[in-house]
Amino acid sequence: MATRATNVRGWFDDRFHLDDLKALAKKKTVPLHRYSYWYFLGGMTLFLFGVQVMTGALLLLYYRPGADEAFESVQFIMTQVQFGWLIRSVHSWSANLLVFMAFAHLFSVLFLRSYRKPRELTWMSGVLLLILMLGFGFSGYLLPWNTLSYFATKVGTEIPAQIPVIGRPVLLFLRGGEDITGSTLTRMFGLHVAILPAIATLLIVLHVGLIQWFGMSVPPGVEAAWAKNPGERREIRFFPNFVLRELMAWYVALGLLGTLAALFPWTLGVKADPFAPAPAGIKPEWYFLFMFQTLKLIPAKIFGMDGEMLGILAFGVVGAVALLLPFLDREKPFHTRRWITGLACVFLGYMAAMTVYGWVAK
Amino acid sequence: MTVWLVAACLIVCAVLAAAQTKNSCLDCHSNLPEPLGVSVETYSQNIHAQKGLTCAACHGGDATADDPEKAMSRSAGWKGKIEHKQVPELCASCHANAELMKKYNPGLRVDQFQQYKTSVHGQRWAKGDAKVAVCTDCHGVHELRPPSDPRSKVHPTNIATTCSRCHADAEYMKPYGIKTDQFAKYQESVHHEAMTVRGDLSAPTCTTCHGNHGATPPGVANVTNVCANCHVFQAQLFATSPHKAAFAAAGFPGCVTCHRNHGIKHPGDHMIGMGEKAVCKNCHVDGDAGAQQAVTMHDELATLAAAIAASDELLTHAERQGMEVSQAKQQETQARDALLKARVTVHTFSEKELKKDTDAGLAIAKQTHAAGEQAMVEWRYRRVGLGFSVAAIALVLVGLGLYIRNLEQK
Repeated sequence: MATRATNVRGWFDDRFHLDDLKALAKKKTVPLHRYSYWYFLGGMTLFLFGVQVMTGALLLLYYRPGADEAFESVQFIMTQVQFGWLIRSVHSWSANLLVFMAFAHLFSVLFLRSYRKPRELTWMSGVLLLILMLGFGFSGYLLPWNTLSYFATKVGTEIPAQIPVIGRPVLLFLRGGEDITGSTLTRMFGLHVAILPAIATLLIVLHVGLIQWFGMSVPPGVEAAWAKNPGERREIRFFPNFVLRELMAWYVALGLLGTLAALFPWTLGVKADPFAPAPAGIKPEWYFLFMFQTLKLIPAKIFGMDGEMLGILAFGVVGAVALLLPFLDREKPFHTRRWITGLACVFLGYMAAMTVYGWVAK
Repeated sequence: MTVWLVAACLIVCAVLAAAQTKNSCLDCHSNLPEPLGVSVETYSQNIHAQKGLTCAACHGGDATADDPEKAMSRSAGWKGKIEHKQVPELCASCHANAELMKKYNPGLRVDQFQQYKTSVHGQRWAKGDAKVAVCTDCHGVHELRPPSDPRSKVHPTNIATTCSRCHADAEYMKPYGIKTDQFAKYQESVHHEAMTVRGDLSAPTCTTCHGNHGATPPGVANVTNVCANCHVFQAQLFATSPHKAAFAAAGFPGCVTCHRNHGIKHPGDHMIGMGEKAVCKNCHVDGDAGAQQAVTMHDELATLAAAIAASDELLTHAERQGMEVSQAKQQETQARDALLKARVTVHTFSEKELKKDTDAGLAIAKQTHAAGEQAMVEWRYRRVGLGFSVAAIALVLVGLGLYIRNLEQK
């Protein structure tokens, strides 16, 4: 048995030089300091994405896109398919945890200023991945074709329609027509299971590849302390020490997912009826709530311009600033570096406050 | 040039329109106190005024004359105050004229006066009774609005109040020797609730059963027909039941014998059987064949209602625990439909017929209850599964932690 394993290993070694990889893994280290725990957030986000891929693939075995079939197929998954309820609940809970984790990862990287040279592209690919995750959330929300998802998508697709010039074409593109119909559902399905995963896979490969290429970033304060006292520098081996720790984080995430899915299974609601009036107090998913609440509160007219449109443009500017953040982190000419942490704190507080306000508001 | 021509045409049209709708009566009467006064607001909301008619249409005279002497001259046909007894014929002078009414409202019937003459109101009016209702007593006079207007006295929601102005006035109705409690009873009825609480304008009010212009108290023989206008199936089943002949022989009217007339309460399963509120015991006595059948029928209905309630309670509980039971809930509506059908079938007064419906409902309720039980079994299974999974994950975490510590101590 042992000889056969050695032979197989030898076969691969001949072709892929596994010993070189082993040497690289042994050589690779991860800095160890008081902020090292934040390194696990990226890995947990990746783990949750993996859960999404696996549970999504299983759901695909039974899910049927179409206004006449989608709701019934999800109902079938939840009631007739062995562990179908668990797969669907895990998929839904994991989607929410994934978005939360991606936001937490982004802000941890921001506050630790890990986006600095040479990691500009790592940051940018990460921001794009977060936007993609929000896209996954939006496109996946309609797929069960229930009342809540139907009207939330209706409200959600109306928001980009406020953008000048391209607004209406965007609305028609997203909906596949004037209204939310079966065409919208198949579009969202296509986006959710083909187009977004393809782009996300490319970006994840780029993002993880860049992290491996540059290694983990050390926060500037720790870096300065280590430069002053090189004896304080501490590192652990990537394999197996860091990988095993990461594995523990993944297990924690798995336990949390299973508990949430079993104790609070994701409900299906009532099948969407396009002719029924919208239920009162319709709201989007929590991660869009801060934008939704802002657009609700914004005055109809600001300096003679459409308030909602200005709000959407403002969020667009925030997105662009976030994407280009590494290039704004500089001392000259406006000392922007000093402002970034403060502004990020304000924005994070604003997001949290608006999300809570949107949650409790009727 | 064209602009001037258009402007001139508009001015001419405006002058002509003003001349056509000129109503000089209001110049004075809008400033007079009641009963001679008619405010501009009241007049503007009058359906006749809205159709372009002036005061002169009813009162005669010349509404275009500014001089009161000319406007109210007998030579111009001025009639002054219209006597109460003159009202039906005055209204009919237009409303019974199909040719004329076609111009204003082609959809409006023109047989109201003919019908009125067949009613008790009309018959008494013809005999010179000045107290009976004429057109204006129900429709109003100067504030007359179309029946579709919620402020109209003959809008469905206002009809009972309009009728009650006379029929609930004991002093006024004294000479006629009829009861005056109809309105009070109607206000407690399920029909009144449907009309006023649920806003169902098709719910019955006085005129639905008694007619409007041809108002006449329906005799015993046709009361069931009146109810059957809406309650078709119940009436059909009653007609095939043994009670049909028995009631007729005893001189009882049909539906109202059990359900009453003006004070019809929401029917319930308590009405059948020999219980405290059962109506069967009005005729049957404990132990007779009819009483035994009534008790059995009541029990069948109660059993089905209880089975549905138990199933619903279990499914709702499972739903609150996060279980997906929407299919069973949907199926439960079929059991409710069966109960509803059984409650209609009661009117056959046949235990055998009723049992067909209750058995069908019970079979469905049994299935939905089983689905609820299965959901709760699944719920407990998930809890146990979760416990094992969390314990396994915790064990792996402890193992990994120990392994890492051991690895780093070396």
